[in-house]
Amino acid sequence: MQPTRTIATIKPDERTTTTSNHRLKGQLKGLVLHLILGLGGLVMLIPFIWMVSTSLKSLDQVFTFPPVWIPNPIMWHNYIEAFTSVPFATWFINSLKIATAITIGQLITCSLAGFTFARMRFPGREALFLVYLATMMIPAHVTIIPIFVTMNWLNLVDSPWALILPGLTSAWGTFLFRQFFLSLPSELEDAAKIDGCSFWRIYRQISLPLAKPVLATLGIFTFMGSWNDFLGPLIFLQSKDQKTLTVGLLQFKAEFQGLGQWHIMMAGTVISLLPILIAFVVGQKYFVRGIALTGIKG
Amino acid sequence: MALAQASHAPNARTPFFRSLRWQEAKWAYLFLLPNLALFLTFTVYPVFASFYYSLNAWDLHSPMKFIGLGNYRALFADPIFRKVLFNTFYFTAGVIPFQTALGLLIAVGLNQKLRFMTFYRAVYFVPVVTSAIAVSIVWQWMYEPQWGVINTLLGYIGIEGPNWLFSQRWAMPAVILVSIWKNVGYSVVLYLAALQGVPEALHESAMIDGANAWQRFVKITLPMISPTTFFIIVLSVIGSIQSFDQVYILTGGGPSRATSVIAHYLYQNGFQFFAMGYAAAIAYVLFAMLFVLTLLQWYYRRRWVFGEE
Repeated sequence: MQPTRTIATIKPDERTTTTSNHRLKGQLKGLVLHLILGLGGLVMLIPFIWMVSTSLKSLDQVFTFPPVWIPNPIMWHNYIEAFTSVPFATWFINSLKIATAITIGQLITCSLAGFTFARMRFPGREALFLVYLATMMIPAHVTIIPIFVTMNWLNLVDSPWALILPGLTSAWGTFLFRQFFLSLPSELEDAAKIDGCSFWRIYRQISLPLAKPVLATLGIFTFMGSWNDFLGPLIFLQSKDQKTLTVGLLQFKAEFQGLGQWHIMMAGTVISLLPILIAFVVGQKYFVRGIALTGIKG
Repeated sequence: MALAQASHAPNARTPFFRSLRWQEAKWAYLFLLPNLALFLTFTVYPVFASFYYSLNAWDLHSPMKFIGLGNYRALFADPIFRKVLFNTFYFTAGVIPFQTALGLLIAVGLNQKLRFMTFYRAVYFVPVVTSAIAVSIVWQWMYEPQWGVINTLLGYIGIEGPNWLFSQRWAMPAVILVSIWKNVGYSVVLYLAALQGVPEALHESAMIDGANAWQRFVKITLPMISPTTFFIIVLSVIGSIQSFDQVYILTGGGPSRATSVIAHYLYQNGFQFFAMGYAAAIAYVLFAMLFVLTLLQWYYRRRWVFGEE
């Protein structure tokens, strides 16, 4: 609003023409923008469209030239074949179990430690926090070999615990919670402290309820990271019943790709992508806000 | 010791172990315990263990044999490792400029007051949330030379597409394209947040001074969002150097190692050949690269990030 008023005071006589010109120009600009963004968006979506399209084709339609985008007849049966040929349901439950355990674990351990670093005084606090910070830039590849050796020694290879245990905490999450708690005003907590409230109750009843945005952000990203994790399950999970969706898909691929059965493969891929896509559509706001807030990756 | 000191303090009526400060510290350690125990076991210990492994020859089953820097020496004489290093740089150099520039371009488009803005943003962002494995399988099918959608589209404009994933020359660009497609949404969202933080007033006063849209973009927007550009580049470099999933599915590192990157070679050595010491050495080289890059980037940050001295 400010600019029009400023311009208007500078050139009062030209006001009417400028506005109508502006409006026309604005509409044209909007149209061009929609065209460009829409085209770009289509390019982004082509893999998904192609995936769904192929997943509903019959085998001979998969190999027709030029390819058709709308399958005829629509082969819903592909989905049944994909779903029953490999234990998708088991893999889905495995993924869900591991991702849920890791997410809940991180929310608890990281919020508690973050609160402790931000609000409590104890000898060694600064030094210890520095160690947490220092480990944040270490790539996962450095730690995964000793973790594999440890799990092998504990006889936990091919068990979901091999993935859950190392995932229950993260330096990054601890850092995120500490920064958040530091940014909160401490008056409420001070009042509670004076009234003789224990640190546990301050954490549980005052700080944690205020940390909902961080809980949501870290929760979503931890869940997504674990759900999409590939290297971990690839290394730790071997038997068919223990696999998660990502490595399960690999086995699925091995069974169908050699035969060129791309329609079944795409149906399986759709099945494996569906949960996260639904979660994204429902919680888009949180995904986007989470990234914008924190700028974390992967 | 702490006990003695506390009880000798002039106005301490209670010994340290009963003092409020100790009460607080006691609870603090208790709260920290679950996090710290896991952190020490699965982060701090592995960092040191990994380094120790890298100084040994070890196949996981027979006893370790200490060989000092032998693994590192072997690594730098290893022609495959040199190839893999080159591929990693090629991949990173291919991804970063596009991911950053395209991200900015799309974000500038989305930053206009437009209808369906949330929808567009979701469209550009959706590949980010999907699993790299699933979408790589889809891309593999798209790259199929005969029936795949990419060569079909190219055929319409008279270009005979290559056998993407099996071509020495085209396999890496194909992997790079998938990575850009998958990750550009990150840059878009980060840039959007940055663009919305550029004060309107700056643009308005420049407009009054007669600056056109391009001049305002170059002289105001770009400098104002330079911290985000820096941040995106740092994150993308760190991510690209470690990338593994797409390569594993799309090409398996082939054809004849044309797309094998560091993380892939590390995986092969550690978990297929069980050369644990050698794999750990690769991990440490990767770590060192990231460390040096981070330092360099922080050093150069001052030169071109606006508003930092």
